Amino acid sequence: MERVKTLFKKIFPNAKMSDSNKDRLASWSLILPYTLVFLAFIIVPIIMAFVLSFTYYDAINAPEFAGLQNYIYMITGDEEFLKYIIPNTLKFALIVGPGGFALSFIMAWMLAQIQATPRKYLSLLLYAPSMVGAILVTILWKSLFSGSESGYINAFLLNNDFIEAPIQFLQSPEYLLNIMVVVSLWSSMGIGFLAMLAGILNVNPELYEAGQIDGIKNRIQEIFYITIPSMKPQMLFGAVMAIVGAFNMGEIGVLLSGTNPTPQYSGSLIVNHIADYGFLRYEMGYASALSVVLFLIVFAFSRFGHILFGSDN
Amino acid sequence: MALQGTKINPRRFHKSQLKFYLILIPIAAVMLLPIIYIFSQALKPLDELMLFPPRFFVQKPSFRNLQLLVITASETGIPLTVYLFNSILVSSVTIFTNLSLTMLAGYALSKKKFKGRNTIFSINQAALMFVPIAVTIPTFLVIVNINILDTYWAHILPLLAMPVGVFLIKQFIDQLPDEIIEAARIDGANDLHIIRKIVLPLTKPALATVAILTFQSTWSNLITSAFYINTDVLKTFAFYMSTLTSTVEASVAGQGLAAAAGLIMFIPNLLIFVVMQNNVMDTMSHSGLK
Repeated sequence: MERVKTLFKKIFPNAKMSDSNKDRLASWSLILPYTLVFLAFIIVPIIMAFVLSFTYYDAINAPEFAGLQNYIYMITGDEEFLKYIIPNTLKFALIVGPGGFALSFIMAWMLAQIQATPRKYLSLLLYAPSMVGAILVTILWKSLFSGSESGYINAFLLNNDFIEAPIQFLQSPEYLLNIMVVVSLWSSMGIGFLAMLAGILNVNPELYEAGQIDGIKNRIQEIFYITIPSMKPQMLFGAVMAIVGAFNMGEIGVLLSGTNPTPQYSGSLIVNHIADYGFLRYEMGYASALSVVLFLIVFAFSRFGHILFGSDN
Repeated sequence: MALQGTKINPRRFHKSQLKFYLILIPIAAVMLLPIIYIFSQALKPLDELMLFPPRFFVQKPSFRNLQLLVITASETGIPLTVYLFNSILVSSVTIFTNLSLTMLAGYALSKKKFKGRNTIFSINQAALMFVPIAVTIPTFLVIVNINILDTYWAHILPLLAMPVGVFLIKQFIDQLPDEIIEAARIDGANDLHIIRKIVLPLTKPALATVAILTFQSTWSNLITSAFYINTDVLKTFAFYMSTLTSTVEASVAGQGLAAAAGLIMFIPNLLIFVVMQNNVMDTMSHSGLK
C-alpha cells in the first residue's frame, strides 16, 4: 500500500489537484439532496407540462402527439378561455399583484416611521391574514358573505336599509370576482411585506440627511429618490412574492362559490380552468397547455418586476 | 425644516408620528375584524349562531363546537386524532428534512467555490416564481413514477423543493465572514463539522424563518391529500377540515363547526409566528433579490 502511495506521489507531485477535486466532490454532495428534490418536483414537472402540452392525453392511454392542436383549441375552440378565463385572470392578477405589492410597501413605509414596539404588534396584525391558510379564509369569508339573512354582511346591509332582500354574493357573477379581489388583498401582506419592512428599516439614515441637503423637499420625493433606490433588492423580492401570492390565491373563487366552474365563469381563473380540464374532464394535454400559458403569464409579470427593480447591470 | 421630526425607525414618540398611527391602527383593526369574527363564531353556542340579526361578538362562549367536531369525526369511523397525528408527523418530518437540505445547500452556495454554483443559484432564484398549483398533473405523474403514491412520502417530498428556503438561508450565510470558516478549515474541520459547530448556531434566525414557512405550507396543504393520497387514514387534518366544511356549510350549526375547525388550523400558525417574529424580521433584512 505504502508503495502505491509513494508511486502516486512520484507521478503526481502536485497533490493539491486531488484536494480541489475532493472539495468539488464535497460541494456537490452538500447540494445534491436539495438538487434532487428540486429537479424531481420543480424542473421535471415544468418540462413535462411543456411536453404534454403538445399531446393528447387522457391519463389512461399513452399520450399521443398532437402538435399545436391544444394551443389552437385554446384560441378557437375553448369558448370560455378568451371570453372569461383570460380577462378574469388578468383583472385579478393586475389588481391583486401590484395592488398587494403597493399596499405592502405603503404599510411597511408607515410602520417604519413609528417606534419599534407598536410597530411589532401592528405588523403582526397586518401579517396575520396571510398565514390564515386557504381553509380558514374560505370558512371565514363564506360565513361573512353568506347569502342568507344570517350572513353577517347581508344582515348588516338589511338592518341599515341599504338593501331589501339578501344578496347571493358568492353565487352572483357581478360580485364574485370583486369579493375574490378583496379577500386576496386582505391576505396579501405576507413575507414580501416583511422583507420590504426590513428593507426600509435598513436604509442608511445618512442618505436621508444627504438628500435634504441636496434639496429633497417632501416625503414623496424622499420615497422615490432615496428609499426605493436603496432597497431595490427587497422591492424585487416583494414584487415576486406578490405576483406568486396572487396566482396562488387563484383557487379562492372555486372555494368561495363551492363550484368549478364558478357561476357563469365569473370567478374562474386559469388555475381553476387547469383543474377543470385536468381533474374533471381528464384532458391532461390541454390542461398542460393551459399550465404553460399560466407560466408565461407569471413570467411576464415578474419580468416587469425585474425591469422596475432589478439591478442596473 | 419641513422634514424634521419624522424619521425612519424613531427611538422616541413625536407628534409627527401621530398621522401614521391614525392610518395604521384603523387599517390593522379592519384586517383583524374577520379573525375576531371567526373566533367569536367558533365559540358561539347554537342559539347564538341562529340569532337574527346575527351578533358580532359571542356572549356566552362555549366549547360545544369543538366537542361536536371531535364527535362528528369519530362518527365517520376515523378518529380526529388519526388526522392530527398525520399532520403533526408530516409537518415535523418535512420541517426537519427541509432545514437539513436547505442548510447544506445554502452553505454550499454561499461558502463553497465550485463550478456551476452561480448557475444553480440563479435557477433557484428564478424558481421563486414557481406556482406549484399549476403543475399538479405533472407532479402527480412524477409521484406515480417514483412509486410514492398513497404513502407518507407523497406528503413530504414535493414540499421539500422550496426555493425560497434555500434563497433565504444562502443570503443569511453570505453575511457570515469567510475568515471564521477558513480558520476552522485550517484547524482540520470538514464541511459538516463547520456547518454544525459554526454556521448552524449563527444561522438560527434564518432557520427559524424557513421552519415557519415550511410549517405554513405543510400544515394547511390540501393538494397532497386531495390528489396524491387515496387511503383515508393517510390524509391530513387540513384535508379532513376542508371536507367537513364543504359538507356542513349549509346548516347554521355547521357554520360554528366550520369556524372551530378553521381556528384549530390557524392557531398553531399564529403562535409559532408570534414566538419567532424577531427571527423572521432579522432574516428578512437579508432577503434582497438582485
